[in-house]
Amino acid sequence: MLRLVLKRLAVALPSLVGVVIVTFLLTRALPGDPAAYFAGPAATREAIDEIRSKLGLDQPLPAQFLRYVADLARGDFGISLTTGQPVATEIRTRLPASAELTLLGLMVSMSIAVPLGILAATRPGSIVDHTCRVVATTGVSLPVFFLGLILVYIFYYLLGLAPAPLGRLDIYYSSPPQVTGFYLIDAAIAGDGEVFRASFKQLVLPALTLGIFSLAPIARMTRASMLAVLASDFVRTARANGLTPFTVIITYAFRNAMLPVVTTLGMVFSFLLGANVLVEKVFAWPGIGSYAVEALIASDFAPVQGFVLTMAVMYVSLNLAIDILYGLIDPRVRIEA
Amino acid sequence: MSAAPPLLDVRDLTVEFSTRRGIVKAVRHVNIAVAKGETLGIVGESGSGKSVTSYAVMRILDRAGRIAEGSVTFTGVDVCAAGEKEMRDLRGREISMIFQNPRAALNPIRKIGHQIEDVLRQHAQAGSDDVTEKATAMLEQVRIARPQERYHAYPFELSGGMCQRVVIALALACRPQLLIADEPTTGLDVTTQQTVMDLVVELTRARGMSTILITHDWGLAAAYCDRVVVMEKGNVVETAASRTIFTAPTHAYTRKLMRATPRPGAALRDLLPEDLGAEPEPQAVGPAANGNGIGQPRGDNRAPLLVVENLVKEYPRKGTEGAFAKMFKRNDTGEAKPEVAMFRAVDGISFDVRRGESVGLVGESGCGKSTTSTMVMRLIDKSDGRILFDGHDIGTIPASKFARLAMRKRIQMVFQDPTDSLNPRFTAERAIADPILRLGEVTGRKAVRARCEALARQVGLPVELLGRFPHQLSGGQKARVGIARAIVLNPDLVILDEPTAALDVSVQAVVLNLLQGLKEQLGMSYLFVSHDLNVVRLLCDRVIVMQGGRIVEQGPTEHVLFQPEAQYTRDLLAAIPHPPVP
Amino acid sequence: MSEVATGAGDAAPASGLTATLRHARYIIGENPVTGFAFSLFTLIVIMAALGPLVAPYDPLASNTSVALKPPSAAHWFGTDQLGRDVLSRVIVATRLDFTIAVCSVALVFLMGGLAGVAAGFFGGWTDRIVSRVADTIMAFPLFVLAMGIVAALGNTVTNIVIATAIVNFPLYARVARAEANVRREAGFVQAARLSGNGEYRILLGHILPNIMPIMIVQMSLTMGYAILNAAGLSFIGLGVRPPTPEWGIMVAEGSAFMVSGEWWIAFFPGAALMVAVFCFNLLGDGLRDIVDPQRRT
Repeated sequence: MLRLVLKRLAVALPSLVGVVIVTFLLTRALPGDPAAYFAGPAATREAIDEIRSKLGLDQPLPAQFLRYVADLARGDFGISLTTGQPVATEIRTRLPASAELTLLGLMVSMSIAVPLGILAATRPGSIVDHTCRVVATTGVSLPVFFLGLILVYIFYYLLGLAPAPLGRLDIYYSSPPQVTGFYLIDAAIAGDGEVFRASFKQLVLPALTLGIFSLAPIARMTRASMLAVLASDFVRTARANGLTPFTVIITYAFRNAMLPVVTTLGMVFSFLLGANVLVEKVFAWPGIGSYAVEALIASDFAPVQGFVLTMAVMYVSLNLAIDILYGLIDPRVRIEA
Repeated sequence: MSAAPPLLDVRDLTVEFSTRRGIVKAVRHVNIAVAKGETLGIVGESGSGKSVTSYAVMRILDRAGRIAEGSVTFTGVDVCAAGEKEMRDLRGREISMIFQNPRAALNPIRKIGHQIEDVLRQHAQAGSDDVTEKATAMLEQVRIARPQERYHAYPFELSGGMCQRVVIALALACRPQLLIADEPTTGLDVTTQQTVMDLVVELTRARGMSTILITHDWGLAAAYCDRVVVMEKGNVVETAASRTIFTAPTHAYTRKLMRATPRPGAALRDLLPEDLGAEPEPQAVGPAANGNGIGQPRGDNRAPLLVVENLVKEYPRKGTEGAFAKMFKRNDTGEAKPEVAMFRAVDGISFDVRRGESVGLVGESGCGKSTTSTMVMRLIDKSDGRILFDGHDIGTIPASKFARLAMRKRIQMVFQDPTDSLNPRFTAERAIADPILRLGEVTGRKAVRARCEALARQVGLPVELLGRFPHQLSGGQKARVGIARAIVLNPDLVILDEPTAALDVSVQAVVLNLLQGLKEQLGMSYLFVSHDLNVVRLLCDRVIVMQGGRIVEQGPTEHVLFQPEAQYTRDLLAAIPHPPVP
Repeated sequence: MSEVATGAGDAAPASGLTATLRHARYIIGENPVTGFAFSLFTLIVIMAALGPLVAPYDPLASNTSVALKPPSAAHWFGTDQLGRDVLSRVIVATRLDFTIAVCSVALVFLMGGLAGVAAGFFGGWTDRIVSRVADTIMAFPLFVLAMGIVAALGNTVTNIVIATAIVNFPLYARVARAEANVRREAGFVQAARLSGNGEYRILLGHILPNIMPIMIVQMSLTMGYAILNAAGLSFIGLGVRPPTPEWGIMVAEGSAFMVSGEWWIAFFPGAALMVAVFCFNLLGDGLRDIVDPQRRT
């Protein structure tokens, strides 16, 4: 098992290196001159050049890269030009907001999609099966931002059930004392029922948006995978030996069917992390997605760099976790490592 | 025939499947009875409905299938009317089944011990305290060495034969009264086949169980069954005691099948049906077709056509193999052997093939015969040794370069799996024309088409089928296309890699005769790679026996196959089940 | 050991194309949803082609006197905050979004498909390089990478196409590589070598025709994703710039008004987006059934 983890780590490292390089290159190509911006509109040519050399922007690219890597190693992601704050701090503050949203969304989608897929596969041709297929095809066609807007319109404007899409917490409440940064958990730890309910209400719509969006690929994959496994030889053997439908479906079929689904989770995370950015814009959520979007519009490259890097590192780690999870389920992978 | 009611009584059974083309009757009005303690064989070719009958008995048909008519009674219980819960109790505890392809029949991510436990628990044969013991005991009964250790193994860590034993353990764990074995040894080596079948018979006889053995192999049926049922296209055509059916078959289909089975004492012509009107005769077209109809072997008779000297092929050991080897190969003190870095698939073999000769290369799976033939074909490169063809050293030319040389024409191959060896997007004509377009001297669409048509006639493929795609052709037709493609450029040497293994026995008989006829007409030499000694006996002048990458014995067919010198050859011959010689 | 029972009596189709068309007609007949998808697709293509000719109003003409009017007989989809007719803008936007989709898909098929096929067939260094590139791209959440690329290169349609193509490269490369790999040692490939075909000829003449159907299915599915990608980028301000009519940007402009009840500004472009993507996905599923019935989902 340990060998598997080490092997996967070893594979993940070149990815990280690639990520750092690509991020660096991308943001150096951003339009706009940060030095000019930093110096201000009234600055003279010399002042701009001075600031440019102070920022190290006049160095050749490889030198800049080394400086960048050195900074990264120290945890220094640079300073945001628009806010003046260190990027690393802002990302750290805003990350829990995005994470809470994404995780909740994922929980919603998994808890609906997986049972739906299993039921659809075990009852082919039934209402459940048709529902699953429709959900799967429609779901992948949904623009996530549009979905969010529709939900806001229906539940906030028309029905008045949901609160205004203005962020994590209504202005009346103050955020719970910081432990994890997840408002739900922190409020629960502090025993503050009101804040818990309030933050939950704000979370419902955006999490639902993300959940519905990621429902489709998971349901589709679960159904397809279950269908394939239910038709396999070893399930036929299990049936021929008289095992109960529950044992056959859960112990024999489901575990095997989950393997491709776990692999699909990687792709789903990719979608989710991207969709996060869009949902944060719709719901004015103070996460790292909206942070990056504001910075992009202002051609502020440090936050963008920090954002892309953080997302990519999170993604690589998530994939690593998925690989290890796969290894836990499938002994063939474990033993061959 | 005992007066007691049969254990299993199938009457007038009809099974239907709803397919896209409408309702298909896979089994029609079938009557089968199995007495207590009896072993019944159901023999037939593909499409005969033999497997579907057993699925119907167990009520594990596909969703699209249903029992339309008839009744199935097991120990007096009406199976067709039974509810699902009742059936679940029957399955595994009273009737069990073992299938083809044992590794696929086991859950790949569950330990085999646990899989046996599941069955024991399901049928209340064991409680939590003794279930592990009983499962281990089952493993011991099926002769798996070190059962406590292997208990925790996964299917991918076991060989095919061992997997089949686990499947047998699963089936017999709850001591059922009836065992249905559906092609249990197809795909296994002939020696493994013998051990597995002997095990099944021993265990079932010891428990007084009845067995139904479903197979396409007459020899197997003859060796292990008391009575035999013959099925054709969903109907039962004949039912008789084993001895009677082999000495005096009554139905025409039975006779045709038995004739078509390769067996000692039969010549190639004897395999064909008594009336030869069915298949179009291959016509003699080609350079060697002269008045007497038999082509003379071409070229110089003194030097052999193909000479192989000390041929070696090595592969570096990879992850899985290493782990497998480490786990199960230990020396006497119980320590793991140091891993050998290279694995020798072919370990220094030498042989030759003369002009006009047909040489058989036989051995079980993993012996290196396919690797050898692929090297001779120049599709892969050798590690060491020499390959001389008509005096030229072709072993030194890299495989990637060989395709464009003129010499490519002279060595060709007929592949084992006709489906896999035809490009799904090419029509039959395009497939046959490919060598002509690349290496031949014929140009112009009309001329190429004419040549393809001539070839089609020569191999007995109706010309109107040339425009079809592989999925629209039957197995036998695809085999003919493969053969036509191989001989279109008049090669000197044709390597045939198990060319009839995937075909039904009646089709095989025709194709083998075709191959012999073509060889004589065109004066080719054959290197015939096979695991089926009976087929090799019919077609080959000389035989080479391989094991573990080495040649164990070689010589003229009568010598090697009738008076073998090597023990391995003797074991191999003894393991082949034969029907009694009529 | 299966014998496909086809007697000589079966009518043999005259050519591959006729057979495919007949099979297509059968599938469409059997599954009306696919037929529906085909018709919808045709409709979209027509709208894209005719665009400005069909629109009732000038999509760029602003008329503040009729701003923020709900759907009515005069303006079927209502008007936006500048008084522009939403219906006309939605129709004209079809051309832009469709063009973006088609161009990205064509580009990624050329880049990714060919690279993948070569990697799968030849193995060795080709495989290593292509896989490395694909893995590096895959290390990013794809939309985030697209954001980064468009931000770096600039807000133009060309760059959106390039970004979408780059971001989809790993998917195509993987699919193509897997398909080529499976067929690499297939019997018919060996037979092709025996017939005197060189490696490149085998790749292009023997393997590629077998892979094309799968790639076409993939392309159809990616068209939907390409549109969503472009719309998403426009939504956050990284795509097309106003006043160009494009579905994503129209939703962005209308999102502020959604909260105050003027739903039509964002709804119709969003719905158009959904319908188009839905159509491409259905089409992809239908094509998959035509191409390989065994893979039916």
